[in-house]
Amino acid sequence: MSRIVTPLWWVLVAAGVVVAPFYLDGIWLQDGLFAMAAAIGAIGLNLLTGATGQLSMGHAFFLAVGAFGYVYFASAPSGDGELDGLGLPTPLAAVLAVLLAGVAGGLFSPIAGRLKGAYLGIATLALIFIGHFAMSNATPVTGGHNGRPVPPMELFGFAFTDTPEPLVIAGVPFGALERLWFLGVVLLVGAGLFARGVLRGRPGRAMNTIRDHEIAAGVMGVPVTRYRAGVFVLSSMYGGLAGVLIALVFRQTVPDYFGLILALSYLAMIIIGGLGSVAGAVIGAFFVSMLPSLFTRYSDALPLVAPTGQEGIGAAEAAQILYGLAVVVVVLFLPGGLFGLFTKARLRLARRSAPAAPVKHALTPTPETRN
Amino acid sequence: MSTFIELLVGGISVGAVYALIALGFVVIFKATEVVNFAHASLLLVGGFVIAKTHPLVGFWAALLLGVAGAAALGALIEFAVIRRANVLSHSVLAIVTIGVDLILVTELTRQIGTEVLALGDPWGSDVLQLGSVNVPATRIAALVSAAVVITAFLLAFKYTSWGVAMRATAEDSETAALMGVRRGRVSMGAWAVAGALAAVAALFMCVFPTPGLDRNVTAVAMKAFPAAILGGLDSTGGALAGGFIIGITESLVGGYQEELSFLGRGLGDVAPFLVMIIVLLIRPAGLFGTKELARV
Repeated sequence: MSRIVTPLWWVLVAAGVVVAPFYLDGIWLQDGLFAMAAAIGAIGLNLLTGATGQLSMGHAFFLAVGAFGYVYFASAPSGDGELDGLGLPTPLAAVLAVLLAGVAGGLFSPIAGRLKGAYLGIATLALIFIGHFAMSNATPVTGGHNGRPVPPMELFGFAFTDTPEPLVIAGVPFGALERLWFLGVVLLVGAGLFARGVLRGRPGRAMNTIRDHEIAAGVMGVPVTRYRAGVFVLSSMYGGLAGVLIALVFRQTVPDYFGLILALSYLAMIIIGGLGSVAGAVIGAFFVSMLPSLFTRYSDALPLVAPTGQEGIGAAEAAQILYGLAVVVVVLFLPGGLFGLFTKARLRLARRSAPAAPVKHALTPTPETRN
Repeated sequence: MSTFIELLVGGISVGAVYALIALGFVVIFKATEVVNFAHASLLLVGGFVIAKTHPLVGFWAALLLGVAGAAALGALIEFAVIRRANVLSHSVLAIVTIGVDLILVTELTRQIGTEVLALGDPWGSDVLQLGSVNVPATRIAALVSAAVVITAFLLAFKYTSWGVAMRATAEDSETAALMGVRRGRVSMGAWAVAGALAAVAALFMCVFPTPGLDRNVTAVAMKAFPAAILGGLDSTGGALAGGFIIGITESLVGGYQEELSFLGRGLGDVAPFLVMIIVLLIRPAGLFGTKELARV
């Protein structure tokens, strides 16, 4: 049965994604795009924290590197000489920005390869503060406190902007958001497939072994230090790509956005969605990044949430409290996150329809084998 | 020269406050192997209780209430969340404390809003003149109180049965449990002590020359993380050393900002993290941390 049902699901999802820009408002498209960018970043973080067990609290830094890298490479220097830029073609700038984020992760590898657990978590916390310091001081590159505008992407002569001529497809004007939507979908699918390939292949097994038992991994011939540094670089490149996409959607990059709260929300995403899997990261990213805007839009219909501008818990605060709570609840009651819940439900359904399936032993380590 | 001494005294006193926070952090880590990212919120709760109750009951009673409140909150977090979490790795527990922190900090900053709350301390903005050196009275008070609290803690850690139970648990929690140490009580106690230390630190973080308790206190408290890591997460002595190193670095770099301006603005805030990175490059387990050894 599942041989028919699973592709059917995928076809439905794909159709929904293609049709969405024709029906959704601009605000929803923007939220969806932010969620896609967040999903790319969260997949990267999940490779690092979920699959390899390396805690990183500095992911927002790599998003910033990606975003500002893209802006710097793509914009032409401003006439008054205040802002620098290289004025490269935008696709090249995006690729270079992702590579730059990877280089930044590589520069951190003497730390990332050797430290683990809490030490690495707090060491990466430093990246946030150092990054903020660098961003506010490197005014010619970042535009300082107010940030700088982002040049729109142009791919083979097709610009992701509202101008020059309104492109109308099936009676719907196709502006920047509608066009970026498809770019976001392509990037997200590519990023997800690549990560899935990494996780299912030889590197993924090595990463999981490092997480579950580092010494055993080393004994079996996994170069632990090199793997840890390598995953850190890969994960920072995912962060960089997410940063590029966020910059394109925002159209203005601001240093303050890439702060501690953003880094923590990425950790919340992978915990809520489910550690160690691509789908988990994507579910968590949509949950965490759609929540604030859902609350803002329906604040008058929700109990406990005050409408904007009134006394009481505002929408953004309510969302933050809710996802903090979600993190705690998921860890206490739903090991495996929302994706784990989904898989469990599907297994139960499958068991009911097709009895006597052989029991698969869980591949989780017992307390004795844990390090 | 007198500027240098003023900065140094200021740095030592700020360092003592960081040491208090870092000590609580280390105590929790030793007892439960959890890295407590909710530490900043314990601090904020302590400060908030002091700020809200001091007009009603006077400063000293408010201080007691603040310490008790933060300790109770710490114990509650341990009892309600940490004890019940059934997870494979301690990294996940660390992320849970981030969740707790998000909830508490969001709610408290909403309560505080844009206000700056005074803590009603008796030292006010007095400045003591020692020779050619001017030192705010609050700095001296911070140094003395931190010294007293830290000494009391270290003595308790060494001589009381609670301290012995705690060290035994840190050494080998399974054997300790078999010897009749009640692990739940030990870890709850650790969280309560950490909360109490954080509340005392909150007081001295929000008095003169800082304007008072506002929503940015948690960002300041973040600097205690490098202090704890720098010294080594499992070393109480390391927490003290780390606190002082961070405090003095920050104070000197901030004070000589003008001379260092070629490096950029706001260097004082980043200096603690830079020092931490440099130390970790040379000693990945911190200055006094035990290098992890494993038997196969």
